[in-house]
Amino acid sequence: MAVFEPEAEGIVLDAEETGGDIVGRSPWALAGRRLLRNRISLAALTLFLLIVVVSFGAPIYAHDIAHTDPFASNVTGTIKLNGKTVDVIQQGTGKLGLGETPIGPTWSSQYFLGADNQGRDVAARVLYGGRSSLIIGLSSAALACLLALLFALVAGFFGGFTDTIISRLMDLVWAFPVYLLAISLATVLLTSAHGLNLGLFTLSASSLWIPLLIIGLIYVPYVYRPIRGQVLSLREKEFVEAAIAQGAGSFRLIFREILPNVLSTVIVLLPLMIATTILTESALSYLSIGVQAPQASWGTIIQDGQALLYTRPWVAIGPGIMILLTVLALNVFGDGLRDALDPRSKVRSR
Amino acid sequence: MLTFAIRRLLGLVAVLLVLSILVFLIFFATPGIDPARRMAGRNPSPETIAQIKHEFGLDRSLPVQYVLMMKKLFVTRDLISYGSQTKVIPEITSAAPVTFSLVIGAAVIWVVFSILVGLAAAVLRGTVLDPILMILALIGISVPVFWLGEVVNLFTQSRWHGFFLFSWVPPLGYTPLTQDPLKWFEGLVFPWLTLSVLYVGFYARVLRANLIETENEDYIRTARAKGISERRVLLRHNLRTSMITFVSLFGLDLGVLIGGGALLTEVVFGLPGVGLLTYNSLTGLDLPVIMTTVIYGAFFITIASALVDLLYAWLDPRVRPA
Repeated sequence: MAVFEPEAEGIVLDAEETGGDIVGRSPWALAGRRLLRNRISLAALTLFLLIVVVSFGAPIYAHDIAHTDPFASNVTGTIKLNGKTVDVIQQGTGKLGLGETPIGPTWSSQYFLGADNQGRDVAARVLYGGRSSLIIGLSSAALACLLALLFALVAGFFGGFTDTIISRLMDLVWAFPVYLLAISLATVLLTSAHGLNLGLFTLSASSLWIPLLIIGLIYVPYVYRPIRGQVLSLREKEFVEAAIAQGAGSFRLIFREILPNVLSTVIVLLPLMIATTILTESALSYLSIGVQAPQASWGTIIQDGQALLYTRPWVAIGPGIMILLTVLALNVFGDGLRDALDPRSKVRSR
Repeated sequence: MLTFAIRRLLGLVAVLLVLSILVFLIFFATPGIDPARRMAGRNPSPETIAQIKHEFGLDRSLPVQYVLMMKKLFVTRDLISYGSQTKVIPEITSAAPVTFSLVIGAAVIWVVFSILVGLAAAVLRGTVLDPILMILALIGISVPVFWLGEVVNLFTQSRWHGFFLFSWVPPLGYTPLTQDPLKWFEGLVFPWLTLSVLYVGFYARVLRANLIETENEDYIRTARAKGISERRVLLRHNLRTSMITFVSLFGLDLGVLIGGGALLTEVVFGLPGVGLLTYNSLTGLDLPVIMTTVIYGAFFITIASALVDLLYAWLDPRVRPA
């Protein structure tokens, strides 16, 4: 049976848990208890889940509260505000009475954060953008962790030639600066007029899959490295030897003996990876090589808001606050999770 | 040391070779994409496409194309941007000083402030200030730099510009150091601060963790037992050891920033460095420029990290037989 090293020691480390009824408590339960005691972590997790729920409720907000279509431009529309009818795009409000300015924050149900220069409701767009950002952030982090885990298990377990090939491949991606690799891939993939043809299926240039895959792939080595190291050392442990002596095959050794022992590392890395992928997605979208119109993400809305920065700052400020809160919540929760699952802190990640 | 150096340099050459092949493949051999069309920029004429096809040997085999491309990039250095009809490499070398000014200034700020914050947090452990400093550091890590730049611009350029504290801030842009040192400095203060926020947060956290870890070492206890003052134990015994991780990370991050990582800061503050050049060619789909900045940036970072390794091995003999 597999032995959880750090958690087993955790029993000794935690003075409160050395009480009488310690017998029969699994390492996961101990970690869960440590996490539940960490109020700040739990608050961060709650905040993150709240942002997820609100973002995925974007269609409800747009339809039932703001009564607007956040993807259709509305340059000639009007809304009722305090009993008066106001244009969404106001003409001649500049110093010289020229130009046009979208409506500012109304702080009420319609145009809560104002409109962008196509007359679209910014608050509704921030929620829809959050949905894209979260889908890409969560999926690409999951993709990176899953691929890295698979590669690390295979490379670390079989060693030799397999290990050399996989590890050199990972080193190569590692050596390639994240933003430069993303820029190269995105320019090539996004600019092909007919989208990306992968043989079996075709992705259109505005598909969320393109940024998702790019970001997921570039972060694989960052998860791969710590896990492979752990697999290498676990392979030499007595419990693996014992399983071999019982006649266990490679499949059982990898998935039943080694995998449960590296799982806690992956779980610790996951929220920190999501924070990183969300930041990367927003940066790429800000540079116009991430999420493409008609889709929106927090990054593209900040990009839209840059032109209106001095007149209608909320267009750019709003989505930025959402990114900051989401990433901060994930980082705080990730720290708490690491303290709970890995008290001796073997995993150091940025 | 010599064998280590030779081995590391051979490894460097191999990585550079494979990196360049990878970039080449991404730009020239992605399935379903015609490289001549994309090199030509927006709305190219058929003549331009035919000329590009001939020049890059696109009708010949991939290895020939690769050699031709590398020759254009590093030997003859006459790659032309089809968007602006200018040579790419001189454009990059003239933009480089802006990037250097931005990154080096920010590096000075982040080294000073992260050491101060890290030391303060470690010394104040157990008081309420330590978690406050660490939460601030975490906020610094979590804030998107381009958004922070926009917020800074909003206040220093517009909302609070009339306020005496910010009235000296010049409009966005860059003045060369040789032209007017004061204007150079004034124009870069806020870009420096914005860029360094992430690194102050990150390095302060790393340093604090290392300081606390080293605190448990035997030689620290020995130093205390000898009767050395707390201040001296902290600064001479503990801080010195704790700086090892800090220094090796610093070399890498500096390389990454100069090699292209300062892109977002340059874009948001309108600083005409290599990053802004890359960005403008992204929006104009000027592939020769993008490819050149990517390959030069990646080479710079790889070479810098090899140099950091060598320096590290020279300073700390324990890492040599790796």
